Amino acid sequence: MSESFAPHTHSLLEKTPLDSLHHRLGARMAPFAGYELPLHYKAGVVAEHLHTREKASLFDVSHMGQAILGGRGAAGLIERLVPADILDLAPERTRYSQLLAEDGGVLDDLMITRLPGRDERLLLVVNAAAKAQDFALLRQELPQLSLGVLAGRALVALQGPRAATALTDSLPGLDDIPFMGWRAAEFCGAGLFVSRSGYTGEDGFEISVPNHLAEAFAEALLAHPDVAPAGLGARDSLRLEAGLCLYGHDMDVTTDPVEAGLAWSIGRRRREQGGFPGFDRIRAALTDGPSRKRVGLLPQGRAPLREGAPLMAPNGGVIGRITSGGYSPTLSRPIAMGYVDSAFATLGVTLESRLRDNRVFVEVASLPFVPHRYFRGQTGKDRS
Amino acid sequence: MSGERYTKDHDFLRVEDDVAIIGITDFAQSQLGDIVFVELPEPGQRVAKGGQLATIESVKAASEVYAPISGEVIEVNSALEAAPAKVNEDPLGEGWLVKLRVADAAELEELMDEDAYRAFLESEG
Repeated sequence: MSESFAPHTHSLLEKTPLDSLHHRLGARMAPFAGYELPLHYKAGVVAEHLHTREKASLFDVSHMGQAILGGRGAAGLIERLVPADILDLAPERTRYSQLLAEDGGVLDDLMITRLPGRDERLLLVVNAAAKAQDFALLRQELPQLSLGVLAGRALVALQGPRAATALTDSLPGLDDIPFMGWRAAEFCGAGLFVSRSGYTGEDGFEISVPNHLAEAFAEALLAHPDVAPAGLGARDSLRLEAGLCLYGHDMDVTTDPVEAGLAWSIGRRRREQGGFPGFDRIRAALTDGPSRKRVGLLPQGRAPLREGAPLMAPNGGVIGRITSGGYSPTLSRPIAMGYVDSAFATLGVTLESRLRDNRVFVEVASLPFVPHRYFRGQTGKDRS
Repeated sequence: MSGERYTKDHDFLRVEDDVAIIGITDFAQSQLGDIVFVELPEPGQRVAKGGQLATIESVKAASEVYAPISGEVIEVNSALEAAPAKVNEDPLGEGWLVKLRVADAAELEELMDEDAYRAFLESEG
């Protein structure tokens, strides 16, 4: 039965508004979260990764979910579902947070921007695989608010040290947006949403653009000599070097934000007052320390360790497992992240893993592997 | 017995007398993408046809190379330890993996020649 459907599987995948551009650029396409997306282009993952660290790369992240949650009291009401301080979020500022399950497990992670204007509106960007579930949860839990899903908008990320100069070639006057800041802009008479944030550890922007202008906008950015296209492969290796969680891998509904190393995203007022799902568990983890922690891991030797590999105490039993692992093009060596029993979450501790029946030593290391280079030209109270 | 042979797994063999130099095809390397590590067997090891011969790690994933014929490993390409990207750059030349002493020449007859492999690639689309 399933075999008879197999040939059609490909056509069930959604395409982004940049699909034909990807094909023209020679992308190797792959399925991801129900979408057909570029895995890499002609340059290959390593070249795209290094280009991002040196210049700037354009990523199609249109599979992410975008929505506007609006209505009186929206900022206070969304705090019933997320542990970040949203009441304190200034207009045109963005904050990273997590949608939590009743027990404090992470249902999804998301970016929340308070939009300017008289009406209270929050712009949400959520993960592709979770967006239907997230939007259903928001409608169910916050029926007094309106949720407008922005299905008509593509999302592109421009990331790298030359991102600001490349972006302002097409859209002048945006280079003073602070890190985790947001600005409305105009392109060909249509409204763009520009956020200074990203998923690579570099300075960069995520730009929401109406579908019908997505290709023209992407081509305008690609016309800049410092900008090259990059695919999901480089996006994953860049975020691993930056020590950032990939939902469904480094974090899921069994993980709370504290053990995931995301306590920094929980506002001080929220830590004291609670009022979000799983407060008891998260308060206990904040007070006593979590029983396990997400750590950086440096496998010794040249072979990458992948997701799922076990982590053992020296000559002992299993005390954790790798949740993301691969090769770091910047460091030319294998790197990984995973969860370990807190007793072993100390920098420099040597653990063991297994690769194809061989023992591999793994050192607990600090994150990120490659220092963040976010724009710090203006200080903001964006990280409480 | 000499000449070049191919498998449906996109392995490449260059046979000289009773030694087969084994690598992966240009198509295979292009599908794997950037290769960052190659795990090779120990010289002296005997492998059966279909047995595990090597592991190729690309940026994203590990791929096994299975022995296209039976034989004894007489040499491995140790240059790949420092420069695994040679498999991408020159898979049929400097990026070879293993030299096997052929145990059963009849197994070579079951493999494809270059024309047959080209036709196979086209049929795969």
